[in-house]
Amino acid sequence: MAKILLNSTKELVEKAGKIRKDLALSARRIGNVHIGGPFSACDAAVAIYYKYLEFDPDNLQAPDRNIFILSKGHNGILLYTILCDMGLYDLDLLLNTYNTIGNHFGAHPNHKRVKGIEVSTGSLGHGLSWGVGMSHAYREQNINSRIFVMLGDGEMEEGSNWEAIVYAASKKMDNLIAVVDFNHASASFECNENIRWGEKGGPEGMANCFDAFGWNAIVIDGANMQEIDTTLANLPKVSHNGKPTAIICNTVKGQGCKFMSERPTAWHIGGFDDDKLQQAIAEIEEYTNQRLAEVE
Amino acid sequence: MGGFTFCTGDMGAMMSAKGTITGAILDLIETNPKICYINADGTGKGNPLADATQKHPNRVFDVGIQEMNMVTVAAGMAKMGYMPFVQTFGPFLCVRALDQVHNDVCYNDYPVRLIGTHAGTSSGYGPTHNTIIEFAVMNALPNMTMVAPCDARQAIKLINASLTYSGPIYIRVPRGEEATVYPADFEYTYEIGKAIEIKEGKDLTIIATGVGVYPSVKAAQALELQGYDVGVIDMHTIKPIDVDAVVKAAKCGKILTVEDHNIKGGLGSIVSDTLHECGIYAQVKKIGIPDEFVEFGYPEEIYPHYGMDENGIAKTALKMLQK
Repeated sequence: MAKILLNSTKELVEKAGKIRKDLALSARRIGNVHIGGPFSACDAAVAIYYKYLEFDPDNLQAPDRNIFILSKGHNGILLYTILCDMGLYDLDLLLNTYNTIGNHFGAHPNHKRVKGIEVSTGSLGHGLSWGVGMSHAYREQNINSRIFVMLGDGEMEEGSNWEAIVYAASKKMDNLIAVVDFNHASASFECNENIRWGEKGGPEGMANCFDAFGWNAIVIDGANMQEIDTTLANLPKVSHNGKPTAIICNTVKGQGCKFMSERPTAWHIGGFDDDKLQQAIAEIEEYTNQRLAEVE
Repeated sequence: MGGFTFCTGDMGAMMSAKGTITGAILDLIETNPKICYINADGTGKGNPLADATQKHPNRVFDVGIQEMNMVTVAAGMAKMGYMPFVQTFGPFLCVRALDQVHNDVCYNDYPVRLIGTHAGTSSGYGPTHNTIIEFAVMNALPNMTMVAPCDARQAIKLINASLTYSGPIYIRVPRGEEATVYPADFEYTYEIGKAIEIKEGKDLTIIATGVGVYPSVKAAQALELQGYDVGVIDMHTIKPIDVDAVVKAAKCGKILTVEDHNIKGGLGSIVSDTLHECGIYAQVKKIGIPDEFVEFGYPEEIYPHYGMDENGIAKTALKMLQK
């Protein structure tokens, strides 16, 4: 295998549809998994993994590789389905052995068990600090590769994030990219119902918070692959002397599957029966086709 | 001091383990491109650390007052092939940043060296700045190695030993200006996980760690003058505990443990647990903090208050010996 690269936005949309179907299958075969988050994070994760990471399954430890950290580790199933699709593991192995003793795929990802995963995550609010450490390491070696950290809007409530955010800006870590899957729902609350980001609240409010801490923050439509693609293509050149970037992806929990996105907190964790799987597959196909029509 | 072959007889020279460690690491940074030093608001202006920060901004840096960030940043550097030494006040490292120590250092299993200063009650700043739980916490953390050097020179030996040691290490050092247990001209081998038997004893063995070692030696010497043969073991590694040393110490039937730490879950508990696991009976008494938030004051007052000074240790030992 060589580096994985899907060049066109259309291919990325198709891939996101395929990953969503695999996720739906996992909710049927495994039973209860974190499912709403993986659906909302799917588009940005696919764009990063299949295009901007220049992910090379044959050279996972390349010393100058771009790095992806899933800070919201409870969405591990999203990483697993992507790595299976990339050929690192068989999908059936994932579905048959998920969260069982002695096997690869835990409920939260473990870098010692799963090749292609950089760090073991699960406790929220750690990913950006991992990224800061790696950014220091790359700067020391004059490596201009990027570190993408995917977080959730709920996760951003953890104070430790903001230690890393103010530090990264202070040290001008422009190879650090925070990708916030702003899906408007945690396990218990919908956006602005409990915690509110600044005066504006919502994705714009969070972007203001990043800006205030010295980042370059942008809000994009996290369901629009064209916008995701363009944003990632236009990231500032790495100089180790600029602002870190926060991409706030405005999404919906369960994005791409209508019955989930209509009840976001209910589908934080869930499993499908046969009927729900069929419904999910139909809705994913319909959604993907709509999205394809938009980019064609 | 017949039985004591190398421990200082009079008051030992005072040296700061905390400051000595920092200097040793900064020296290593000049020769080893993989060594890093990170602290949290501990870079005084005009000192060698500030100079090193200018010279090696990606390997020597101060994150500010951000202990959680600091620990995970260190893990991130360790993942990329570096060996970071992280140094700050024990409570903020071991208590505040425990989530990061647990998940990013231990669970991810990278060779981060965590140096918790102001160990035990040595800060003199009261319960918020004391750390009396590290032994219990780190002993229960998979992948962790827990060490507490007894003096500044041993701390240097430990730093050097840590360079070829795999996995995370928590290094517990006091505030600074501690008595030197081993004289400068005494050569000895230091190995992580291997206790040092300072003296063998037929009547009772004191197993001490960190700042507890020096007064234990002094107490044993005082008891020797009264005709008792009291041994002293420097248990500088709490995890993995040196099982053979504990078993050997139990041969005299009486063990007294000394630690500047809560006696719940500390060295004494770990020694008792070890004996039990090995099916060996010995009388065990624990000197340390009696499961309370410590009184106000500096170590000069705190140690006598809790019977952790030379006199207090001798008194407790004597009670055991006279039974």
